[in-house]
Amino acid sequence: MLALAIVAISFFALPLIGLIWRAPWSKAWTYLSDHAALTALRLSLHTSLWATALSVLFGVPLAWLLARTQFPGRSAVRALCTLSMVLPPVVGGVALFFALGRRGLVGQWLYRWFDYQLPFTTAAVVVAQTFVAMPFLVITVEAALRQLDTAPEDAARTLGASRWYGFRRVTLPAIRPALVAGAVLSWARALGEFGATITFAGSYPGTTQTMPLAVYLARETNPEQAIVLSLLMIAISFTVLVTLRDRWFGNRHDTAVLS
Amino acid sequence: MRLRALPLIVALALISITTAACNDSSDAHSGDVVVFAASSLTAAFTEMGTAFNAANPDAHITFNFAGSADLVTQLTEGAPADVFVSADDSNMKKVTAAALNASDPVPIAKNTFAIIVGKGNPKGITSLADLAKSDLVVVLCAETVPCGKGAAKILANAAIAITPKSLEDKVKGVVSKVTAGEADAGIVFVTDVKAAGDTAAGVDIPADVNVISNYPIVVTKEAKHATAAQAFIDFVASAPGQAILAKYGFLAP
Repeated sequence: MLALAIVAISFFALPLIGLIWRAPWSKAWTYLSDHAALTALRLSLHTSLWATALSVLFGVPLAWLLARTQFPGRSAVRALCTLSMVLPPVVGGVALFFALGRRGLVGQWLYRWFDYQLPFTTAAVVVAQTFVAMPFLVITVEAALRQLDTAPEDAARTLGASRWYGFRRVTLPAIRPALVAGAVLSWARALGEFGATITFAGSYPGTTQTMPLAVYLARETNPEQAIVLSLLMIAISFTVLVTLRDRWFGNRHDTAVLS
Repeated sequence: MRLRALPLIVALALISITTAACNDSSDAHSGDVVVFAASSLTAAFTEMGTAFNAANPDAHITFNFAGSADLVTQLTEGAPADVFVSADDSNMKKVTAAALNASDPVPIAKNTFAIIVGKGNPKGITSLADLAKSDLVVVLCAETVPCGKGAAKILANAAIAITPKSLEDKVKGVVSKVTAGEADAGIVFVTDVKAAGDTAAGVDIPADVNVISNYPIVVTKEAKHATAAQAFIDFVASAPGQAILAKYGFLAP
């Protein structure tokens, strides 16, 4: 058991060590302070946080609907809403074109009536990221809602709380760890998103060229910079994953014992 | 859990490694010739492979099509290739500078650029100068890939400044955004316009500002089937090989 677990750890650790090993440390600062890199990083943080916010705004009600209500075709709806997790991102990007592009099902009307074209805008990056990231929040929150005892929420309602008030003050605090975990997973997925973004939003510095796209392009001309940028992304994601885990789930047991 | 499965896994791994090794040591005149070719050659070289196989039943050609810069990275990282074809000289120079080639680069074809527009040219684009119109959505290749380098040079030659909406990582990215109708125009290889068939149309770029891209080919240093690799290169350079390239819009070297 332990041996296999160690194989698994090495499997994840070795590529990271490989990156660190090949990193041009003496030039790292030059590459990181490069204007283009900073632009891509700022755009990535900006868009991925928007995608996370949208995932929470729409994903929590969706999770609630899937967990707490009965309606015909519910499992089909669930499958539909989590399909983008298994869909190749490039296919997702093409599908978004057909829906929201200038010739798309909905997009053609936006273009005709408002002269608005979503692809090639920063909003398109957020849409692509939300499309692939939201399912991570939905399934995490839905699972938490299913496991949650509904008695306190029912009690709140019998005491006169509205359904929204009960959800906000009783249910949401109870599922907060799952909500945070889901949001972090969505954010991480949005931050790393590549295929749907380059297909649907294109790649232009400052508008749509996020970090993963910049890393991919840099790899072809300046592999050293690509490594440094990758490590920066890894460092950011790693810090967020570690701090949030410790804060919300990790050492809860230990601290309880200690305090 | 006991580690009963581990010996089995190790055994399987060993078997697959040794099998691979056996394949590698097969006759130099036959076997798999792995060709790394620029993505603009996809259609032409697929047909080239079929024709070569028909003439040399013992050999089998396997292709890896990708952006030239991408292929150079793969070669540098030790990817197993017997033949490498680049869509420009500068990516080939990276290979020769790193001494990853066993034979000198030989030009096999030339390509020029054209403006790709939507089917039936709905925006009525007739010249490079039209691309500067602010109401047009223009996409180009990034300057890291041959099509982007060519486009930048053409626009500089014609003294036209445009603001593209996107800088794609490969030429097919430009083609697909134009054929999908999301972009109005782009600058791609003449052969890409031809390959897009009915889904797009092309507008010529005058020869005085156009750029000619060379397609050099080499046998790689790590080639496992060097003789068969050279036979494939000879076939590409032969009359039947050149006829295939011409059919797809490539110019003679």
